[in-house]
Amino acid sequence: MNWQEFFAMGGYGFYVWTAYGITFIVLVANVVVPIVQRKQFLRQQALKQQRQDL
Amino acid sequence: MPWLTAVFVLLLGCGLYGGLILAPPDYQQGDSYRIIYIHVPAAWMSLFIYVVMAVTGAIGLIWRIKLAEIVMISSASIGAGFTFIALVTGSLWGKPMWGAWWVWDARLTSELILLFLYLGVIGLYGAIDDKRMASRAVAILALVGVVNIPIIHYSVEWWNTLHQGPTVTKLDKPSIHVTMLVPLLLMALAFKVYYLIAMIQHARVELLQRERNSQWVKNIAAGSAK
Repeated sequence: MNWQEFFAMGGYGFYVWTAYGITFIVLVANVVVPIVQRKQFLRQQALKQQRQDL
Repeated sequence: MPWLTAVFVLLLGCGLYGGLILAPPDYQQGDSYRIIYIHVPAAWMSLFIYVVMAVTGAIGLIWRIKLAEIVMISSASIGAGFTFIALVTGSLWGKPMWGAWWVWDARLTSELILLFLYLGVIGLYGAIDDKRMASRAVAILALVGVVNIPIIHYSVEWWNTLHQGPTVTKLDKPSIHVTMLVPLLLMALAFKVYYLIAMIQHARVELLQRERNSQWVKNIAAGSAK
């Protein structure tokens, strides 16, 4: 089997790869979003504490 | 966490390799059936995570354990994600196979209600500022909604649905060939491990936000600023 055949998925390429693509995006988002939120939260808290220390 | 990630990548790699390359095309559906390697595990996870949410919700209600509340609410968006994946991938399979993106059959409709339950949980939690009170409200919602879980599971048997009946989870021998079954189970395991990873990430943020006034959070914040 060559790559072209693999991506064609017997004519169902659009459906199969859209399904896998959307799944990938949702799964990545559910890990990346909390990591970004955590960084933002810590940065805001640090700023708040610096203001309080002044 | 690096260990969990490694296990996840390994399971995912084997599952995808087995499902997309090794497994033969279906004799009726051709290659379109390969969507099941994400559709079925995602649908299983959507039910599993809801049950986790209901159980931890009950534990939080009865014993007031903060950790249970945090696990409950940290699971919600991941469960919503898996429910969304199950619906969208099912739709993408349904179009070429059934000829319709969507039909209002019992399985599809009850799974859509599950998505709304998840969104309700997330919305309700966000709407109440006191997070301990929010957890109690959400736990009750999650427990009431648990009635939907057996409905989803048995919908294909109780009603005459367009959605096919169970292939793997029945007492009989699974009516799926082992070269197709093994990747499916590997993907299911991979999604379980993924849930653990994502849930821990959500729980860390939730814990920091809840304990924002405690000394240990202040220390972490101060340490991260350097």
